[in-house]
Amino acid sequence: MWTWFYRLASPPFVYRVAAAASPWLLAAAAAAIGYGVIDGLAFAPRDYQQGDAFRIIYVHAPAAWLSLFSYTIMAVAGAIALIWRIKVGYAVAAATAPIGASFTLLALVTGSLWGRPMWGTYWAWDPRLTSELILLFLYVGVMSLRPAFEDPARGDRAAALLAIVGVVNVPIIHYSVQWWNSLHQGPTVAKLAKPEMPGSMLWPLLSMLLGFMLFYGAVLCIRLRAEVLNRERLSAWVREAVKS
Amino acid sequence: MNSGEFWSMGGYARFVWPCFGFAFAVLLWNLWSARRFLALARRRTARALMMAASERS
Amino acid sequence: MSAGVDVGVWRALGLVLERELLLSFRRPDQLLQPLVFFLIVTTLFPLGLSVQLSLLREMAPGVLWVSALLASLLSLDSLFKSDADDGTLEQLALSGQGLVVIVVAKTLAHWLVSGASLVLLAPLVGTALAIPVGAFGTMLASLALGTLTLSWLGAIGAGLTVGLKRGNVILSLIVLPLAMPLLIFGAGATDRAISGTSTGGALYLLGALCVLTCTLAPFAASAALRITLE
Repeated sequence: MWTWFYRLASPPFVYRVAAAASPWLLAAAAAAIGYGVIDGLAFAPRDYQQGDAFRIIYVHAPAAWLSLFSYTIMAVAGAIALIWRIKVGYAVAAATAPIGASFTLLALVTGSLWGRPMWGTYWAWDPRLTSELILLFLYVGVMSLRPAFEDPARGDRAAALLAIVGVVNVPIIHYSVQWWNSLHQGPTVAKLAKPEMPGSMLWPLLSMLLGFMLFYGAVLCIRLRAEVLNRERLSAWVREAVKS
Repeated sequence: MNSGEFWSMGGYARFVWPCFGFAFAVLLWNLWSARRFLALARRRTARALMMAASERS
Repeated sequence: MSAGVDVGVWRALGLVLERELLLSFRRPDQLLQPLVFFLIVTTLFPLGLSVQLSLLREMAPGVLWVSALLASLLSLDSLFKSDADDGTLEQLALSGQGLVVIVVAKTLAHWLVSGASLVLLAPLVGTALAIPVGAFGTMLASLALGTLTLSWLGAIGAGLTVGLKRGNVILSLIVLPLAMPLLIFGAGATDRAISGTSTGGALYLLGALCVLTCTLAPFAASAALRITLE
């Protein structure tokens, strides 16, 4: 009964599907992001508290969401690989890490730039940004651990375990940072909270979110193919695949 | 919103535009770096296959 | 499957624990070094910041905890290292008792030797940092719970990095972000004790973290060892 599932997870199948899907995902992402940027920057009404600065949410929120989403994917792929020995999971985990880390950095930079007009300072140890920073450290940990092993297969397994331990910690970190921050109530002028969201503000945000997700999928497909090739270099099916 | 307001972003231009610029840069970097990684992997794989083939013959 | 005499789980735990403690006490310098490091790092902060006593009191929980964290990290590197190097770890793993038992014994020994001794030193350091004696109870309780949790987080990190070149750098890189909630609740509890507000919430949260870690970490750490050793 599970044969269809294992076929789904076979490297040549994944390689082919990723190659086919990637351009479509990219095109869809471009459309969604294009619409989101234009509508969000030019047409969405200005927030009465934050003025035009709130428009930063159109890149900050999708980046933050994706940073968490891809860490979760990394941990789940690693878990599937470790528990059910589905090797392609290691390739997915390795491929998603740098993408997620770059989005975490994007969330931090845009959050900091958003904070400057709102709080008066580029960094105020806001709970959400602090959690993002710790998430970046978690990414760096996993990305440093994998190549440290001479045997790449061992590195894959160690990185997968670390990602699982990390993902369990993510909600704990979020909660503890929130708790910590509530002790030190800073100036509450205007937080990085979502402003009141009428439809005309919300649609571009949803579109950006969708666009970023599609983009993540497209780039993941490209990286995934490379990671699969690197792990399956001398397999029979690779010969055919690389010729094309 | 008129063109002037668009570019000045209600006075917040120096925060909003760098944000979108950096976002664009991150998206581009992801695409560029992934493509480069794949090209490298394909080259290495082709080379490994060639070497394996020549060893056999 | 069992390679030797069939010994019960608790007895096996006790035997390995005893061995670990004996080995540690045979190397008193290895016992003392993290403690001295703890004292040195704690001294660095007032020197670097040159604060008055009242400000020192405000910084004290954080300084205490960061120093304890860093000092614990020092001794984590060697948790599995020497036994992995000479093959003892593999022998223990094959002994039929299961890796989890070995890991629990080793980590407990590590905590008893390094974490507990930090707790014993804490009143001295607390006084130096102008922490009022009334806060000592919370400070010690939070340190006891916190160092135990840290020993477990460190066991996972040590299991993952045993045998790696520059393993101790990667170990710190891995363990410190995971330890941040610990730091927040531990220093937070001590801080509240100093300012006189209720510490129950923070201590309970710290306790919850400790229980969660003590239940899950042994399996994660032994899985890590299986990955790096086999």
